This record gives sequence, structure tokens and C-alpha cells, in this order.
Amino acid sequence: MDTVLLSRWQFAITTIYHFLFVPVTLGLSIFVALLETWYINCDSYEGRIKLKKLVKFFGTIFLINFAMGVVTGIVQEFHFGMNWSEYARFMGDIFGAPLALEALTAFFLESTFLGIWIFGWDKLSEKKHCLCIWLVAFGSNLSAFWILVANSFMQHPVGYAVENGRAVMTDFFALITNPYVFGEYPHALFAGISTGGFVAIAVCAWKILHDEESREAFTRVLKVAVLYCMIGLFGVMGSGHFHAQHLNNLNPMKLASFEALWETEDPAPFAVYADINKELGRNDDEFLIPYMFSFMVHNSFHGEVRGINDLQSEAMEKYGNGNYIPDVKGMFWSFRAMVGIGGLMLTIVFITAIFAFFVIPRKSPKNLAAPTPMWSFEYWSLSYCWLKLLPFLVPLPFIANSVGWYIVEAGRQPWIVVGLQRTAEAISPNLSTGEVWLTLIGFTAIYLVLAILALFAAIHHIRKTTVTEKEI
Amino acid sequence: MEILNIVWFVLIVVLFTGFFILEGFDYGVGMLLIGKNDYERSMLIRAIGPIWDGNEVWMITAGGAMFAAFPHVYATMFSTFYLALFLMLLALILRGVAFELRTKYPASDWRKTWDYAIIFGSLLPAILWGVAMANLLQGLPINDKMHYLGNFFDLLTPYPIIAGLAFAAVFLYHGAAFLMLKLSDESMLLELKRKGVQFGIIALILYIVFFAATGFSTNVTKSLIWYTPFVIGAICLLISINSYKLGRQIPAFIFSTLSIVGITIGMFTGLFPNLMVSNLNQDWSLTIYNAASTPHTLAIMTGAALVLVPIVLVYQGWTYKIFKERITPNDLKH
Repeated sequence: MDTVLLSRWQFAITTIYHFLFVPVTLGLSIFVALLETWYINCDSYEGRIKLKKLVKFFGTIFLINFAMGVVTGIVQEFHFGMNWSEYARFMGDIFGAPLALEALTAFFLESTFLGIWIFGWDKLSEKKHCLCIWLVAFGSNLSAFWILVANSFMQHPVGYAVENGRAVMTDFFALITNPYVFGEYPHALFAGISTGGFVAIAVCAWKILHDEESREAFTRVLKVAVLYCMIGLFGVMGSGHFHAQHLNNLNPMKLASFEALWETEDPAPFAVYADINKELGRNDDEFLIPYMFSFMVHNSFHGEVRGINDLQSEAMEKYGNGNYIPDVKGMFWSFRAMVGIGGLMLTIVFITAIFAFFVIPRKSPKNLAAPTPMWSFEYWSLSYCWLKLLPFLVPLPFIANSVGWYIVEAGRQPWIVVGLQRTAEAISPNLSTGEVWLTLIGFTAIYLVLAILALFAAIHHIRKTTVTEKEI
Repeated sequence: MEILNIVWFVLIVVLFTGFFILEGFDYGVGMLLIGKNDYERSMLIRAIGPIWDGNEVWMITAGGAMFAAFPHVYATMFSTFYLALFLMLLALILRGVAFELRTKYPASDWRKTWDYAIIFGSLLPAILWGVAMANLLQGLPINDKMHYLGNFFDLLTPYPIIAGLAFAAVFLYHGAAFLMLKLSDESMLLELKRKGVQFGIIALILYIVFFAATGFSTNVTKSLIWYTPFVIGAICLLISINSYKLGRQIPAFIFSTLSIVGITIGMFTGLFPNLMVSNLNQDWSLTIYNAASTPHTLAIMTGAALVLVPIVLVYQGWTYKIFKERITPNDLKH
């Protein structure tokens, strides 16, 4: 393998790993802020004690996750210069600005106020303390905006000119109002809310079943988490649909490869299944729903959707000979995995909502307890089985987030900046394969170890921390 | 519009100065964990607990600002220091996670392991930043395309190693001076007072050796102006050690801060107008002109920085005000 491929692997591994934590940060920061707002507005004495403990309970999960997100984020910032120096040279005039603004407006804000929030419980008034976590949530979500502004330029360059062999910014306002970012940003934000909400649901389910003392508190939070996650899921689906429709203009090659549509068609069918043959540029076998793809893109059963082969010819005319087709098979199935998991999550959350609002509140707490023997009727009650299942479903949003990033970034290949710079041209020329192998193995190894330790710490916390109305 | 290039040079110096001052004492406190017992380590870490993350953002911002204002420097520097930065990232990853996870499982071995990670994660970046700065001053084999031609071991010549040790020693002392303001435990303060003076003297000696080595190993001596901040920095360090010895803790910390300001300004003044020196051909050096972004980008970023940096200073200052009191065992409950 050469340094380009090794560096791509390194970037892919470290980005996807980083993005396991980022959506939880985005979603759980708002969730904790909402809980704390509930806490400071609660009048009952016992309710306040419980809510404060709940804020700290979810706050601790948030903090473990946040630490992982921050340290793996530094790697990403350094990467652009370490492995992709020619990209940094070519793009610095444009790409550096949102990164610097991210640090100045968002990183300082979230890090500083998180420090105050963690250690400031007895030093600030309740309102000020609550404001701190809202500022953390705002900072985290603002940082996502800036990095997606930067990313959107790579997908769909705007407000630039090419001078002396590098891209220069001509219109900062165009950069931050890139239509691409209005697809990516809400999608990422709502993905964060869905992920944070789903994690909260799973934690609540586990606590309701296994922690008798805390059961009552988590039964109440489960309702909040279900609603929160549902908002996230509707948002992520709506923004995803809107974004995909815009791809028809902004990056048609990516859209066509989502659906393995090789030839331009009007009306275009939707492939439920496709046996993709990249060499011949067609699907050897497919199961089609006629009109459906046109309908999804144009909101009408008629309307042209351009196919991969035509877009490839157009690209050859424009940029010269070469292969401008991304990994269609990976794109097609990753897209289906992402959308499929989204739908599955929505179903799961709806079913959980029925239990959370109608079934569980009617049960006496004892009926939810686990100790009944396996052969008893209660053990196999629906609500018990469902709550038992939920914690095992926690990987779902993380898989969806990861394949989601994969299709964003793999969908622009062979370009690093669509139409302007190829990935192979972006590599640091001074690196040896040995050096990149070393760092690739090094990052992967330390990331694996840390994932295990962080998960261990989080699970220990979830198991051992009780939430009751008793004073500490 | 060349004034903007100078403005950004100054802003980069400001960001690096802020980084070295703030993370300097964080790194120092991290190094001071060596040989301490569980309770003492918890107290020390609690002293920087609320602030270390905000302090680290100064480094991230310095990197981001370099990318935005001088992209060629960012590109060349980060690819040149590839393995050094890899080691630094490993150290910073371990350190950052350690601060969070050490309290998340109640076992002294668990805490101890993470505290070693904090020691490693504080000592190594302190040394590596010294190594990096010295290599910038000394010059590197950079060709006409701004590409580095050497390898990792070419970076580890005696002069950068001296610089690395000097950085670590100054940060160690700076950390001790910070802790004198934060601790309340009498026996810990007593020990720290005795040891801190020794650290200060070691720091001063290494500072002077680094200063002399800079004169021998680099071309920056051509301009006399760089001497001034360096000499003022050395005097500040001396005053700081004296105050420290006399038990005047606030002046001791202020002057150790000023010594870091002196050393940082001294190094960057020595570089000006270069940011990375090519030792193959003077014309191939990366300067604040040939490595900069366009005036358009620099102008936008200047506006943003002039508005945002003061706001950051205000709320970070507020943090220090909230947590100005000395750490008591009661504070460890969080």
C-alpha cells in the first residue's frame, strides 16, 4: 500500500472513531441541559433531589463521551497538515478560516463552560450553572456547524477562485451559506439528538429493570428520552430527504451512486436490491420500483435523474480521462443500511413510547423487577422483554452515523475537493510508508484500548449510580 | 495590505504565548504528580481540573489560526514534525482521557494508572514543544517547494533536545508556582516550597543554556532585538525564584508567567519575518509573506479574532475568578 491509501485508511478510522462520540456530545449536551432546566424549575423538594441526581447521572455519561470526542478531535485537526499537507496548501485560504473560527467560537466556549459546570455546582447560582450547560450545548453544536461548512466546501465548492495553483476565498458569506451545509448541518444535528436520545432510552431501560431504588426516576426520564429521540429521528429523516433532493443539483454523481442508477432515466426507478457490476457499468440483477426514484427527487412521478455512466462521460469531458465513479457498491449498501436503521429506530422508539407512556406507569414497580424465574409468566411479559432488549440495540445509531459519514466522504472520491483537487494529489510528499504504517497502527491500537476503558467506566457508572430522593 | 501579515504574526505569537503560559502550568502540575501519593495526586489534579481543557484550546486555536493565516506553514510544519506530532497526540489523548476517567472507577490502581498517563501526557508534549520551537529557530532542510527533506531523527540534534529540557524545566517550575497559589495542605505546601526553589534554579540554568545554544546554533543572533525579551525573561525568572523563596506567591507566579512571555516573544522575534527557516537556501524559507493566506481571508480573520479573542479572555478570566480559592479536601467530593 502506498502513503495515499494508508493515509486514507488512517483518516477513515480516526474520523469514524471520532464520530462515534460527536453525535452523543451533540445530542446528550442538549438532553442534560433540558434535564437541568427541569431541575431548576421544579418546586417539589423530593423531585429536585432526584432531578439533580439525574442531571449528574447523565452528565457523567456525557463527560466520559465528551473527553473521548475532544481528544480524538485534536487528531483530526492535526491530520490535515500531517498527512495531507498539499491539501492544506491548496485549500488553506478557505479551509483554515472555519477551523480557526470553530476553535475561537466553539471550542473555547464548550471547554471553558464545561469546566465551570463540572466543578461549579456549589459556586454558582442555579440559573448561572444551568446557563453553563446550555453554553456547552450551544458550543458543541456550533462547532459541528463550522466543521460542516469546511466539509461542505469539499463536496460543493462555492465562493472561491483558483489563483497561482491554489483555491482562494472570494466570498466568505457564500462559504457559510453553501446550500450543501444546509443539508449536512441539520442532518448531523438531528442525528446527534437521535443518538443521544437512543442512548438515554437504553440506559433508562436497563435502570428500570435492574435498579429497584432508581426505578421510579428512570421511568419518568424514559418518557422524556423517547420524545427527544423521536424529534431527532423525524428531523434526521426530513433533513436527509431534503439534502438528497438537493444532491441532484449539488453532487449528482453521489446521488446516482446511492441508488446505483447507471443510466439517465425519466422517470427513474428505485432499486430495492441491485447486484452491482462496476466493470460493465450496470447492475447484473436488480429489483426495481418504477417511478419511485423520480418521485423521491422531484416530488413528482416524472423528472429526470442522471445516471452514473452519463455523469462519468461529462466528467471526462470536463476534467480529462480518468475514473470519476465512487465505490458504487459500498455507497448503495451503506445508504440502505443508514436509511434502514433510521426506520428501524423509529419503529423501536414508537414501541418504546407505548410502553413508556401507557404500560409501565400502570405496573406496580415490583412487577418490573427481574427476579421472577425464567419459566414464570411475568418473565416473558412483553414489557419486560422489550426493556431487556433495548440496551442491546444501542449500536444501531452508531452504525447509521458511521455509514452516513462513509457515504459523504466516499461519495466525493476520487476527489478530495470535488472538481478542484484529487485525493492522490493531496498527500504530504515527505512521508514514507513506514511512518504512516506506524501511526496507523498506533492510533488504531490506542483507540481500541481507550474504547474498552471508556466503555468500562461508563458501564460501571450506569450500574452503580443510584437516583433516589434520599439526600446524599 | 502587508500590515495584515504582521498583525497575524503578532496574533500567532499571542496565541502561542497564551498556550505556553496556561498549558505550561498544567503540564508542570502533571509532571509534579511524580512520587506523590493518591490523596496528593487528587489534590494536584483538582487544582487544574476546571481549567485544563479550556487551556488546551489555546493550542488548538494556535494550530487553527496557523492554518487560516499561514497555510503553508501549517502544511510544512505539521508534515515535517509528523512522528513528533504523532507522539504528542498519543500523549495528549492519554492525558485528556485520564483527567476524566481517573475518578470514574473507585480503585486506587485504576487512578494510579491514569495518573501515570497524565505524567507522561504532560512531560512529553512539554519536551516536544521545545524540540519543535528549536527546530524552527535552527532551520530545517526545506526545498523550494516547501517540502521537508529530512526524517524524524534529524529533528533530534543536541540543540533541540536542550530546548526540550529547558521547556520542561520552566513549565515544571511554573506549575509549582501555580500550585503554591492553589493548595491549602500545610505539609504539601512546605514540601513544594522546598522543591520549587530547586526546580526554579534548574529551570534558570537550562534557560540560560538554551539561550546560549540559540546563539551558537541558529542564525537569529543576526538581529540584536531578539536578545531583549530573552534577557528580560531570564531576569523575570530570577525575580520569580527569589519571590518564591521568600514566600511571596503571587509575584512568584506573575514573574514565572512573564518569563514564559519573554522566552516566547524572544523566539518569535528571532524568527521574524520567517516562520520556518530553510537551511538549504535562505530564499526557500517560509515567511509571513510567502506562506500567508490572501488579504481577503486575513482581513476576515482579523476582524473575527479582534472580536472573539477578548470575549474568550473575559469568560476564561471569569473561570479563574470562580475557582480562585485554594483547594481543600472538601473539593475532592466532585
